[in-house]
Amino acid sequence: MSDVSSRTSRDAARFKRLRWLRRVSQAAFLFLFVFLLLKTNIDSLATPDELPRISAPVDFFLEINPLIALGTVLSTHTLYRNLYYALVVIVLTLFLGRFFCGWVCPMGTINHMLASLRSGRMKGITRLENNRYRPAQRWKYIILTVLLAAAAMGSLQVGLLDPISLLTRSLTLVILPAWNVLMQDAYSWSLHGDTGVLSPLQVPVSWFVHKLLLRTQVVLFEQTGLILLLFLGILAANRYITRFWCRMLCPLGALFGIMSKTAILGLEKQPSMCTNCNRCALHCQGGDNPEPGMTWHQSECHLCLNCVASCPEAGIAFRFFNDTTASTREVNVTRRTLMLSVGAGVAAVPLLRTAIHPDATPNPSLVRPPGSIPERDFLARCVRCGECMNVCPNNALHPTLLQAGIEGVWSPMLIPRIGYCEPTCVLCSQVCPTGAINEITEAEKAWVPPAEGGGTTYPPLRIGTAFYDLGRCLPWAMGKECIVCEEWCPTTPKAIYFDYAEFTTREGDYVWLKRPHVDPAICVGCGACTYACPVKGAPAIYITAVGETRNPRNSILLDVPRPKGFEHS
Amino acid sequence: MVGACMYKNNLTRREFLSRSGKAAGFAVAAAGAGYLLHEAERHPFREIHEETVVRDLRITELKSEIVVGSGDDAASVTAAVITALGGMSAFIHPGDVVVVKPNIGWDRRPEQAANTNPDVVAEVVRHCVAAGAAKVIVTDITCNDPVRCFNRSGIAAAAREAGAEVLLPNEARLRDVNMGGVMLGRQPVFDTYLEVDKCINIPIAKHHGLTRVSLGLKNLYGIIGGNRGRLHQDIHNSIADLGNFLRATLTILDAWRILLRNGPQGGSLDDVEERHVIAASVDPVALDAWGGERFFGLSVADMPWLALSQRYGLGTTDHATLPLTEVYA
Repeated sequence: MSDVSSRTSRDAARFKRLRWLRRVSQAAFLFLFVFLLLKTNIDSLATPDELPRISAPVDFFLEINPLIALGTVLSTHTLYRNLYYALVVIVLTLFLGRFFCGWVCPMGTINHMLASLRSGRMKGITRLENNRYRPAQRWKYIILTVLLAAAAMGSLQVGLLDPISLLTRSLTLVILPAWNVLMQDAYSWSLHGDTGVLSPLQVPVSWFVHKLLLRTQVVLFEQTGLILLLFLGILAANRYITRFWCRMLCPLGALFGIMSKTAILGLEKQPSMCTNCNRCALHCQGGDNPEPGMTWHQSECHLCLNCVASCPEAGIAFRFFNDTTASTREVNVTRRTLMLSVGAGVAAVPLLRTAIHPDATPNPSLVRPPGSIPERDFLARCVRCGECMNVCPNNALHPTLLQAGIEGVWSPMLIPRIGYCEPTCVLCSQVCPTGAINEITEAEKAWVPPAEGGGTTYPPLRIGTAFYDLGRCLPWAMGKECIVCEEWCPTTPKAIYFDYAEFTTREGDYVWLKRPHVDPAICVGCGACTYACPVKGAPAIYITAVGETRNPRNSILLDVPRPKGFEHS
Repeated sequence: MVGACMYKNNLTRREFLSRSGKAAGFAVAAAGAGYLLHEAERHPFREIHEETVVRDLRITELKSEIVVGSGDDAASVTAAVITALGGMSAFIHPGDVVVVKPNIGWDRRPEQAANTNPDVVAEVVRHCVAAGAAKVIVTDITCNDPVRCFNRSGIAAAAREAGAEVLLPNEARLRDVNMGGVMLGRQPVFDTYLEVDKCINIPIAKHHGLTRVSLGLKNLYGIIGGNRGRLHQDIHNSIADLGNFLRATLTILDAWRILLRNGPQGGSLDDVEERHVIAASVDPVALDAWGGERFFGLSVADMPWLALSQRYGLGTTDHATLPLTEVYA
């Protein structure tokens, strides 16, 4: 008897220490996640010749993510660049179970924190019932199956619900910009505000707020409403069911649940030692029935160790090569449901593609970032993480709504009116974790002349072509001098040139003006002209995707130099 | 009898007073707030008269002259030009806060001649520091991404090493100021220019599609934010208005490398010519007139902002009337 009780206190102390280790791990990974998001830009460069590069491993969480790895393998049959890092997590999961959910996942950590803030009414028997395993937890396996089946059909939709992509997107496009808006306003107030009695605070506030600014320019994105709604919904659900997202919906959690079938670590129960106090179930994160007398679900356990750390007896313990008689490794999905889910995923792709074919009839407003691969391949890779939008120095990249069809919701598009594509920049191609934007160099982009002299090297990697709206253009329609577009055009020679033309005013006078034109053979589609065009509202020069290198069918000019003897007038 | 069962009729005086008092208190507060906040009429779009702001940072007793330096090293030629002007202490007094305004408009390397030569900027900063300036700020509102412009131009590193504070543009630091010009009324100005004691303008001489050449006065575009492209509709009056608003202490024209075509951002080294000249004057009009003629073969009539600036009293278009000193280093 004394032997057993000493073992109990030893175990409890050990599991309490391990629970603290888990908390430290969660905090550290959450901190790392946000830190890497903030490092997704260039803040300084040492010399004029240094190529702007992101030095931090900003894709770390996306690259260790088995869902992205498996999804892109199914949709492209290749494992892009660093996505093989996911193998480390896969191997660990095969041996340990869903440790990622309880120890690493930043989305899981946020849900964990919010679930512990619940109101007082969620206690006692209510909370216990709430924490019991429910059949609805199989929904995540159905979601996973549908997503993977669609991926196998060539349409990668996992990023919509993959927790790492979802969190990266939500923080990057909504939460961090909201923080920056607040800080910009505070900074502005501290510099110029009419603050009356608070004026002594202005200087210290100004100094402090300047340190908290994430960017000196206001960076705002399209589509923040829907993205925020999904994110807030996930957060709010914790009020009703602990880690609702992780238990019921998360496709990455489902993937880990399936992988944990082979785990060698698990919960071992000693019903004889149990006093039915239910403390284990009260603190359970996964809803996996840790209490003796019930079937423990290996696939639902996040290894948070709350159960074993709160057990006052020696009723339960995590052991390697545990006795599995009181537990199940099966995922609660019938074969029929599985087949239906596969069928749904497979059928979804042709149904989504009943829209107009993106290669044959490309959407003119869908200007993809430089390095983007052909549209079908793009949609087989893009996980909508928003890294490209985060890194873009000019706030030029924004999530689509329906510009790329339902299949391409929240994938990146260039909106030149808000920001143009910086000619010497290739950062979006550098951070794209899946190669939807293929990694390119400045020389491959070839929008500006090389350092050794000479003009721009052709052919450049074009993303579109500029066109004038002559009814809005100042020199063309209103007889005013302008050619700001020509000033901003970055190529050598400039794609925008001007001639001198006579304009008749309403009084019948003649004015001589510089009147701009685009040479589509030189234009790369960067959109600097659109960005700088002083005609606010709809610009007088706009970009459409025609001419983009990635789709030879989306072109205008027959750009073949004629051999000698074949020239004619 | 039924009523007696259902309703309580033993209201005390205390309860009556406290409950009606509470209701009356909130009612009075609401009515009072409505009275205080009531705005009978609004005219948000009526012109409000604002003081015209002119930042005259010149030192009036200095004589106008043009000093032209040439040689093999941009920094030492700059130093020689400053010495020939009587040293930086003629312009900067101990304790002055100085803003040095190079052209950092574009994401280009120094040899592409779209931005001011970083060696010239650094040398000017060093002289300001040596003259006892309390603080030397180097800043510009760029066209391209500021991080790229400031760093790839070499100016951020060079200016920092020379002892300057490098200030990247920030939207929160723009303040609307009435310039009272012909074209430019209220404009968003980078607040630094409203606070400093002295300003040294260091343009680069380069081609520009609309004005044919961009020199000292055109460089002042970099002090304002907002829709700058709109000013192209009357660029010459806009340039003169900017020159009138910010009357710089000294203008130093960087013609070490000049951009002859595809301005103002250029790109190809084929469009760049090495001239190895640095010139300076307290008269920005005469310096622009001289620079346009010397490097681009333009007459005063080709550069209409000169006559407009002269009308503001910013200087003379007839640069030949000013003494010209040539120095070599």
